[in-house]
Amino acid sequence: MSKPRKQIHLAAHFPGVNNTTVWSDPRAGSHIEFGSFAHFARTAERAKFDFLFLAEGLRLREQGGRIHDLDVVGRPDTFTVLAALAAVTERIGLTGTINSTFNEPYEVARQFASLDHLSGGRSAWNVVTSWDAFTGENFRRGGFLPQEERYSRAREFLATAGGLFDSWHGDEILADRATGAFLRDARAGSFVHKGHHFDIHGQFNVPRGPQGRPVVFQAGDSEEGREFAAADADAIFSRHSTFEAGRAFYRDVKGRLSKYGRGQDELLILPAATFVLGDSDAEAAELAREVRRQQVSGATAIKHLEFVWNRDLSAYDPDGPLPDVDPDPGEHTVARGRAQVRMYRDPLATAREWRELAAANGWSIRDLVIETGNRQSFVGSPSTVAAGIDDFVQADAADGFILVPHVTPGGLDVFADTVVPLLQERGVFRADYEGTTLRDHLGLAHPDARTPAERAAS
Amino acid sequence: MSSDLSSPYPSAYSSAGSPPAHAPLHLAVALDGAGWHPAAWREPAARPRELLTARYWQDVVTEAERGLLDFVTIEDSLGPQSSHPIEPDGRTDQVRGRLDAVLVAARVAPLTRHIGLVPTVVATHTEPFHVSKAIATLDYVSTGRAGLRVQVSARPNEAAHFGRRAIPPFGLGDLDTPAVRELVAGLFDEAADHVEVVRRLWDSWEDDAEIRDVATGRFIDRDKLHYIDFEGRYFSVKGPSITPRPPQGQPVVSALAHSGVPYRLVARAADVGYVTPHDGDQARAIVTGIRAAQEAAGRERETLHVFGDLVVLLDDDAGAARARLGRLDGLAGTPYTSDAKVFAGTPAGLADLLLEWRRAGLTGFRLRPAVIGHDLPAITRGLVPELQRRGAFREAYEARTLRGLLGLARPANRYTATSATATA
Repeated sequence: MSKPRKQIHLAAHFPGVNNTTVWSDPRAGSHIEFGSFAHFARTAERAKFDFLFLAEGLRLREQGGRIHDLDVVGRPDTFTVLAALAAVTERIGLTGTINSTFNEPYEVARQFASLDHLSGGRSAWNVVTSWDAFTGENFRRGGFLPQEERYSRAREFLATAGGLFDSWHGDEILADRATGAFLRDARAGSFVHKGHHFDIHGQFNVPRGPQGRPVVFQAGDSEEGREFAAADADAIFSRHSTFEAGRAFYRDVKGRLSKYGRGQDELLILPAATFVLGDSDAEAAELAREVRRQQVSGATAIKHLEFVWNRDLSAYDPDGPLPDVDPDPGEHTVARGRAQVRMYRDPLATAREWRELAAANGWSIRDLVIETGNRQSFVGSPSTVAAGIDDFVQADAADGFILVPHVTPGGLDVFADTVVPLLQERGVFRADYEGTTLRDHLGLAHPDARTPAERAAS
Repeated sequence: MSSDLSSPYPSAYSSAGSPPAHAPLHLAVALDGAGWHPAAWREPAARPRELLTARYWQDVVTEAERGLLDFVTIEDSLGPQSSHPIEPDGRTDQVRGRLDAVLVAARVAPLTRHIGLVPTVVATHTEPFHVSKAIATLDYVSTGRAGLRVQVSARPNEAAHFGRRAIPPFGLGDLDTPAVRELVAGLFDEAADHVEVVRRLWDSWEDDAEIRDVATGRFIDRDKLHYIDFEGRYFSVKGPSITPRPPQGQPVVSALAHSGVPYRLVARAADVGYVTPHDGDQARAIVTGIRAAQEAAGRERETLHVFGDLVVLLDDDAGAARARLGRLDGLAGTPYTSDAKVFAGTPAGLADLLLEWRRAGLTGFRLRPAVIGHDLPAITRGLVPELQRRGAFREAYEARTLRGLLGLARPANRYTATSATATA
């Protein structure tokens, strides 16, 4: 007998400060006004998505010592906009990316527990780390953390916050008018944590939220990041959106769960994915090519090349050939506050490979950047895209996707209107929400459902 | 845009003189749990099991908006509530546990339209970078109705929640020792720096920085984004903010002040100060002190509101209000005391008092309802109509932003002004 068809999980990532967001599209709206966030969240909820996802970066990106001005710049505070979105939605999960380096556990735990109360159990935390002094310049302690300690701090941060969430059990508030007892026990919320990164004690002041703890996401891809996710996360926001890479990643990470005593369905793999829809596959393919050209202007192509070359290439013509000068192999100094520079670990080899590709195909700098850049994950008619997503999930290359449209805020509307009904017809996506909390949507147990021994071990 | 934001009232509350007799009275309400009396949660009108729900806060703020109030403040702390000023009190007979005030304000913002939302922010253990973008975002989600009430924490137990600095234990008897005075003065200096960074970050984007110039491919004009390069004794912050300048430009900054050190914080950094006189003469003396500090800070031309704080119990019959206070005190086990004057009486009696204190130079009042479920509706449905009958309070909201309601103009950006001077 074949195994039952998996149910797909879908989420919507508000388009952000990367060049994938096409702000030059005439339909593109504000990236900061609340109306855009409300539109996006309501579309995702209308489509019965599991959750909305917000990224965060704590310093504006720079290139060549100046603020990068070619992509969307600026975003709201994550917690604040999610709390406001809780007022204009009823069921959809609210996932915020919150940094474990430039925050403190007591404050972050208060904010997530508060968001969980204010949203009726819909909060989730995408834990990210940073270490760089560049970002640290915006904070009290500056760049205090060595790079190799960022995951150890993140794990301890998460464990410490977990202790705070668990310091209330949910039955402390009596509010008994007759006896005058508001609290069952004056020690409610007591905690002690002594560790390498945090040495704190006292009383947490937000009683337990509906989900007990927020759902936890992990987004890193390193060996340490995978282990962190297998041990502590409920879901992974992964970058592996191609079929083979996705299956390999899925096998790898799910294979790590058993040593932590966790089942296969206790950690969801949700890659980021992009899409372009058309009436026909051919029309969608043509549109996808146009979008890629919009995403990579000539100026953007030069900036992208600088990630590899580690030099100022502003004198080069984006419609001309690749630079004949070699990359500067020293410490990367051109681009700051962005992750892409770390993707090119051997810049000399990358430059050699790109020159060969450009020569063989007659590509300009801009052509090269467009052609070697990421293709959209799903391109086609609604039925092609629905089938593609379903196949991907049934083949265990993912448990679902975090979709990033390229236009704000309406880029999700067409997906909601055309693809979601087809997934529902296939019986692989919910026709309506069955529960009220994000844990319900994701099929994750409430933390209190685990046995005391399991809780003690975690 | 400026016509939408402007207020019909002259901005008249500079240190140059007292407000004119016709100046409108400003009214705010301070929200904390079930109310300010420790036994408030036991009253029939209280909803003690709902204090952590969005519905409760939505209902309460909606009621305040029904009364055309200027704004609500929302209390907060980085530790459990305590009846003791320095330590946890270990009590189980009062409301304990609360939600983050900024998030409560954000949660009710899309469901209200006019009323200002002013959450408490503790400067002592928080990052000014995070606070600045949080309040800027509250201003976006409320379309121009955000403020903050800045507070310091000298509590050793709250410092231990962060583990980043030790505040040595001290007792009530030590408050006048040099060590504690130095500690408190340092916390207020740090708070002033905190507010300075928050304000600079709000200005770190000029209003027209986003250009979306398709021809050149530039989303922003980066010459209109500014490093704030703040370097102080307590922290350094580079900037710019990750959040563009909020709709009001500068959301409203407020602080509660009881003595000289915090008066200076109000004079240097705030748009609204809350003070706690117990009679008209005290009110006059406090206002004089704050206006002098305002002048010393070089802000004599700026509008700075001084609001009197009062705990209120309102009933149609003054005897009933006093009896209610007695009943609440009986439930609590001790007579209620407060830093602010406790008023138990009729809405008309309170209106008399407010108008008398206004003559002492106060420009508004922040009322602390003893029992929110009872005394907030008494303010909105009793006191407000009474003040309206006397021509002392608005008949309708006259501005779309909190600054507008308070008669504060939308301020020029400090960085725009600098570059204009440089090119002149």
